[in-house]
Amino acid sequence: MNACPYNAVTMVSGLPVFGDACNLCGSCVEACPSGAIERPGADAGSLVDASAYRGIWVFGEIRDGSPARVVLELLGAGRRLADQTGQSLGAVLAGDRLGALPQELIAYGADRVFVAEHSALAAFRDEPYAAVLAAAVKQYRPSILLFGATATGRSMAPRLAARLRTGLTADCTALDIDPDSGNLLQTRPAFGGNIMATIMCPSHRPQMATVRPGVLKAAPKNDSRRGEVVRLEVGPELLKARTEVLGFTAEDEETVNLEDASIIVSGGRGLGSAENFSLVRELAALLGGVVGASRAAVEEGWIPYAHQVGQTGKTVSPRLYVACGISGAVQHVAGMQGADIIVAINKNPDAPIFKVATYGMVGDVVQILKQLIEQVKGG
Amino acid sequence: MNIVTCIKQVPDTSEVKIDRETNTLIREGVPSIINPFDLNAIEEGLLLRERFGGSVTVISMGPPQVETALREALSLGVDRAVLLCDRAFAGSDTLATSYTLAVGIKKIDFDLILCGKQAIDGDTAQVGPEIAEWLDIPHLTYVSHLNEVSPAAITVSRLLEGGYEQASASLPALLTVVKELNEPRLPSYRASLRAKIQPVTVWGAADLDLDAGRIGIQGSPTKVTRSFVPELERQGQFLAGSPEEQAKALIAALQSARIIHGCS
Ligand SMILES: Cc1cc2nc3c(=O)[nH]c(=O)nc-3n(C[C@H](O)[C@H](O)[C@H](O)COP(=O)(O)OP(=O)(O)OC[C@H]3O[C@@H](n4cnc5c(N)ncnc54)[C@H](O)[C@@H]3O)c2cc1C
Ligand SMILES: Nc1ncnc2c1ncn2[C@@H]1O[C@H](COP(=O)(O)O)[C@@H](O)[C@H]1O
Repeated sequence: MNACPYNAVTMVSGLPVFGDACNLCGSCVEACPSGAIERPGADAGSLVDASAYRGIWVFGEIRDGSPARVVLELLGAGRRLADQTGQSLGAVLAGDRLGALPQELIAYGADRVFVAEHSALAAFRDEPYAAVLAAAVKQYRPSILLFGATATGRSMAPRLAARLRTGLTADCTALDIDPDSGNLLQTRPAFGGNIMATIMCPSHRPQMATVRPGVLKAAPKNDSRRGEVVRLEVGPELLKARTEVLGFTAEDEETVNLEDASIIVSGGRGLGSAENFSLVRELAALLGGVVGASRAAVEEGWIPYAHQVGQTGKTVSPRLYVACGISGAVQHVAGMQGADIIVAINKNPDAPIFKVATYGMVGDVVQILKQLIEQVKGG
Repeated sequence: MNIVTCIKQVPDTSEVKIDRETNTLIREGVPSIINPFDLNAIEEGLLLRERFGGSVTVISMGPPQVETALREALSLGVDRAVLLCDRAFAGSDTLATSYTLAVGIKKIDFDLILCGKQAIDGDTAQVGPEIAEWLDIPHLTYVSHLNEVSPAAITVSRLLEGGYEQASASLPALLTVVKELNEPRLPSYRASLRAKIQPVTVWGAADLDLDAGRIGIQGSPTKVTRSFVPELERQGQFLAGSPEEQAKALIAALQSARIIHGCS
């Protein structure tokens, strides 16, 4: 009964009764001392012949002409899983004039790079990219297909999963292989980071997941690695698209690429004013980092929404996150708990942010920021 | 312009607490709300109706208590509310949910479907693009502004990493929307009174032209095998002393972690 994360199970005369809150998550199956609980459909017969699918594939998202950082992380994780299970690691690249990119992915660990080159693929669009990937999956039958949980990955992967009639797990923070079944174990946060769930896709292939950037370890580069480049056929039937990309406006103030930043200095309501918030910008600039914010700071109008970190903002995982005058509400922490080092500056020693902090600084945020700025400048 | 808005009832995750003894979610007293992004989707539907005429229908798949969320949407001024509700839908993952919603939406006349960017209970952001695929219509995600709307096409801005993309789609299409899109209105008094007596259409599996293998747990490829409470707390330390001493200690620590470069 206590095993249920949703409190949906009550015991009536020694037998479990399931309430409406039950979402069939299965936590109780393992916990039941008498083995009396069975999840409906949990052992529904295999819908595909899983053994016909082999290989681990990574989608090679390109950003400004280079692989997105998360692609290198996916290749790192993919290499580990491939070696563990004796499979090969593939990467799929789509675009126009890809030049040395296939070779670059081989240097980062891919055994085979599947390349779809066409002028109509120059800018990312969901429909043709999903069509190209669907055709490649049907032809080569990979067992696992991984995407970065970027705007691109999270937009296209669900479209592709529906087309392939398979499962997709969003925004994973850990990937492993189940030793018993050989299935991919996909672990991700849910309920605003309040609980973690491990998800499998036992009877459909490929097993698809988007993976949060900045969490897995990037593969090392080895320019002498060799691999195979496989050209994919890009017929006109794959290029049907009902959307167009018309342009891109970079956020002018400074680039707000929080997802890829390795240093983030973030400000909250505790700063008290727009003027004090500029200290956050100054420290971020001095450290070569990017500015983040809590929702309260965005609501005060001190900084645009694009900088908001948290459940309804961006999820970040920098090496350093400095939280200035942020209380540490669960929705904020959900977006930044993946940081390697968290520094919290708050006048209230009981603020929840200190629970996730590596270094806690109790005091007035303005004074402490001024000191930090002065000393970084001086150093 | 006829608009369908997909809304999900979710527990207010800011109220969700963990019972540290049993490692379970404390659900008692946790209010159910309309997923915050879906409020932006409803608002945009209402704004479009004000400009172009037509109707706004909200649709949700879920247990009977979701009717409260649909009545709340009616009190904001939407024309019609549809609940897809059947025991057979229980245990749906995003693939089965999107399939069921798509089959329901097919019975409704639409030019544009609006979804939230993601639902705050699962944070998957998958149901929208999956519905678009089932219905074979284009989709655009992370929409932060509607730039131009005509009966045949729509031009939008999308909030991506590092900036905004301008993109267009032919109609019918599906959009998923972010907070920045608009400021949701509050219920109006008149609409609230009307919402109490307006009917909510309820469709069960038998009312829909469904493939039984694609709904509920049968139609859900993903299985949750384990859920657990993450250990959030770190082995942290407080830095001692005056602001100046604390700053000095922090910079030394960051230098030795090679996060910032020192002169030493
Ligand atoms: C559905 C939902 C989604 C949400 N999504 C997000 C999200 O994505 N991101 C997000 O950030 N929030 C989100 N929130 C809001 C969240 O619950 C908090 O309200 C918000 O994070 C608080 O911001 P804050 O820490 O800046 O402000 P506060 O909670 O007001 O904290 C200010 C802190 O500053 C400290 N302080 C005050 N003065 C000083 C001083 N002079 N020196 C030092 N410290 C000082 C105070 O002790 C306090 O701890 C969401 C809420 C809901 C309901
Ligand atoms: N059960 C549901 N009923 C109606 N709409 C839903 C449901 N689940 C998800 N949605 C829609 O899909 C969006 C994304 O949800 P999710 O993929 O669960 O993060 C939500 O903001 C809703 O617009």
